[in-house]
Amino acid sequence: MALSIVHRATGIALYFGTLLLAWWLISAASGPTAYANVQAFTSSFLGRLIVFGYTWALLHHLFSGLRHLVWDLGYGFKASEREALTWGALIAGIAATVLLWVVAYAIGGGR
Amino acid sequence: MVEFALPKNSKISGGKTWPKPATATETREFKVYRWNPDDGKNPSVDTYFIDSNDCGPMVLDGLIWIKNHIDPTLTFRRSCREGVCGSCAMNIDGQNTLACTKSMHDVKDGAVKINPLPHQPVVKDLVPDLTNFYAQYASIEPWLKTTTPTPQKEWKQSHEDREKLDGLYECILCACCSTSCPSYWWNSDRFLGPAALLQATRWVKDSRDEATGERLDNLEDPFRLYRCHTIMNCAKACPKSLNPSEAIAELKMKMVERQV
Repeated sequence: MALSIVHRATGIALYFGTLLLAWWLISAASGPTAYANVQAFTSSFLGRLIVFGYTWALLHHLFSGLRHLVWDLGYGFKASEREALTWGALIAGIAATVLLWVVAYAIGGGR
Repeated sequence: MVEFALPKNSKISGGKTWPKPATATETREFKVYRWNPDDGKNPSVDTYFIDSNDCGPMVLDGLIWIKNHIDPTLTFRRSCREGVCGSCAMNIDGQNTLACTKSMHDVKDGAVKINPLPHQPVVKDLVPDLTNFYAQYASIEPWLKTTTPTPQKEWKQSHEDREKLDGLYECILCACCSTSCPSYWWNSDRFLGPAALLQATRWVKDSRDEATGERLDNLEDPFRLYRCHTIMNCAKACPKSLNPSEAIAELKMKMVERQV
C-alpha cells in the first residue's frame, strides 16, 4: 500500500514539475534575461533541491508505472514477485536519479 | 470519498483493564475493541489477561477464554474454528485475518490487539455489519446462468476447465480482503470490492456459464470494477492465500479482449 501512495504522490508532484519545465522552456524562448532568471533560481540550493526531487518523482513514477504495466498484463502477482517488483521500482527510481545527477555533473551540467 | 480520520462517535477513548486471573502462572495480554450500541458511549479498548496454560493457541481460543472466564458480554462471531466458515474475520495486530487460524504466538511481543474489520459499521464489539458486502456479492449473480436446454444429467466440465476455477472457488467470503482495501473503504457504495470481483471472475471463467457477456457488461463501469488500482492489500490480507488482485486483472483483460 505504501508504494501505491508514493505512486500517487509522485504523480501529483509531476504536475508541478511540469510547470517548472514549461517555465524553463518559455523563458528560453523569451530571451536571455528571462532565461538567466530561471537559471539563477535553478542553480540556487533550493532550486537544485526542487529539480532533484522532480527528477526522482519522474523516474520513480516511470518505474512504478512499468510495474503497473506488468500487473495489467496479468503477470507478477505472486507474493514474492509483487514484492520484487515493488522494491525494484523503488530502488531503480533512486539509483537512476543519482546516476543521472552524477552524469549531469560529470559532463559539466552543474556550472 | 477519502477519509483520514474516524467520525466523532467512533473515536476510541479509555477502556477497562480487567484483573489478571488469580491462579495463572503465565498470562498473555489481549487488547480488544469494545463498543456497545446501548450505552451511548464511544468505543473503547479493554485489556484482558488470559491464562496461557489453560487456553488453546489461536487468537479465537483466547477470545473464547475471555468470554468464558472473564467477561461474558464480549461479542464476536465464530463458528467452524478451522478457517472454513469465515465468521471470525477481524483485524488482529493490524492485519485482517481469521481469529481461528491466527496463532497468538505469531503476534510478536506485547499485547494481542484486536479490532473489528476496518471501515464497516459496527453492530457490537467485534461484529461488523456486512449487509452491503453481501448485497454486492448478490449483485454479481453468483449462480450458473444458461440458455441452452438443461442436460439429462449434469452440466459437464473437462478437467482442464475445472482447473481454471482453482484459486477462485476456495473463497469463503470472510471480507478480510474487501475491508483491507482503501478503494473499498472510500467507495464501497459503488466499488464492488475484491471479494465480489473475485467471485465475478469465478463465474466469468466457468466453462459451463453462458452469461459471460452479460456479466462483463454489468462490471463495465468506472466504479464497480475500475476503482481497483492494484494496491494489493487484498492479496496480502487473504487468510486463504487467494489473490483477488490477480482475479481482477483477469477481468480487466477480458474487458479489453472482447473489444479487439
